[in-house]
Amino acid sequence: MAAEAKIDPMHQFVIQPIAGNFAGGNPFVFTNSALWTLIVLGAIWFFMYGGMKRELIPGRWQVAVEGLISFIDDMVGVSMGPEGKKYVPWVFTAFVFLLFANLMGNMPFGVIPSAHPFTITSQFTFTGVMSIITFVIVLGVGFWKHGLHFFSLFVPKDAPLIFKFFIAPIEFMSFLVRPFSLGLRPFIAMFAGHVLLDVFGNFVVQALNSQSAGGIGISILCFLFIMFVSMIELLVAAIQAYVFAILTSLYIGEAVHLH
Amino acid sequence: MDIASAKLIGAGLAAIDVGAASLGVGFVFGSFLQSAIRNPAASDGQQGRLYIGFAAAELLGLMAFVVAMLILFAS
Repeated sequence: MAAEAKIDPMHQFVIQPIAGNFAGGNPFVFTNSALWTLIVLGAIWFFMYGGMKRELIPGRWQVAVEGLISFIDDMVGVSMGPEGKKYVPWVFTAFVFLLFANLMGNMPFGVIPSAHPFTITSQFTFTGVMSIITFVIVLGVGFWKHGLHFFSLFVPKDAPLIFKFFIAPIEFMSFLVRPFSLGLRPFIAMFAGHVLLDVFGNFVVQALNSQSAGGIGISILCFLFIMFVSMIELLVAAIQAYVFAILTSLYIGEAVHLH
Repeated sequence: MDIASAKLIGAGLAAIDVGAASLGVGFVFGSFLQSAIRNPAASDGQQGRLYIGFAAAELLGLMAFVVAMLILFAS
């Protein structure tokens, strides 16, 4: 059965040029990834613009935007205390960008003919760079405020000396893994979700093409599965954005407070 | 054994770990629910940690899934 039509769920992640080509190692090509980044930017700008009218008695749109901002403000205040205010811009940017980028990837733009939707956060480059920015902030703040005393973050206080010798290297290695896992988490969630939806979409089409009695039933079942998995994907999109934001604020809070 | 069959067997073995991750995720939510029923007033403050724990457990399961995908489809 695999010989009839190969299911290739990786094709949706290929970055393809829209204008220009990569010949000669030319990196300045307008790709589908760049186009969808601009679309996400447009959606974020449109949403935030609707909430910036500064009415004294806010309408519903302004309430929504202000609600999102106060959500992140409270979260950073709980994790970092009052001096966390200066880190809210980055945490809010990361949260809103991840939220909108993940949700754009789950929107049904495929019904528009010749629109090839592309989920930008299904590329590790996007989430990896965001994680790098977070850890530049963490290390920068840590070494700026505390100098070499920053390494006391890895030593458990109030522990017997022998425990300090054993736990400190383990804590250090766990800290080294953090940038990688922080960037990997949203990427993998989006990547796995889209691969799953693609495979089941292929099942629907192949079951209908087989034109047998069981084909209609299988395609209906697979379609229902796609529906429920899409609902879960919307939830996972929001959760991954929230987890990235709260882990960012926790890591920066650790660097600021050293515990 | 040719490479195509080895790929299929490898992907099947990697998929076992996705099932193991489901145990982890269920444990996180299950223990949250158990303690939330005992103390509902305090549970609302801990919802943030619930989602962090869920994302951490899910990440490892999804890594196993990505290993399966790479085995099957990476050229």
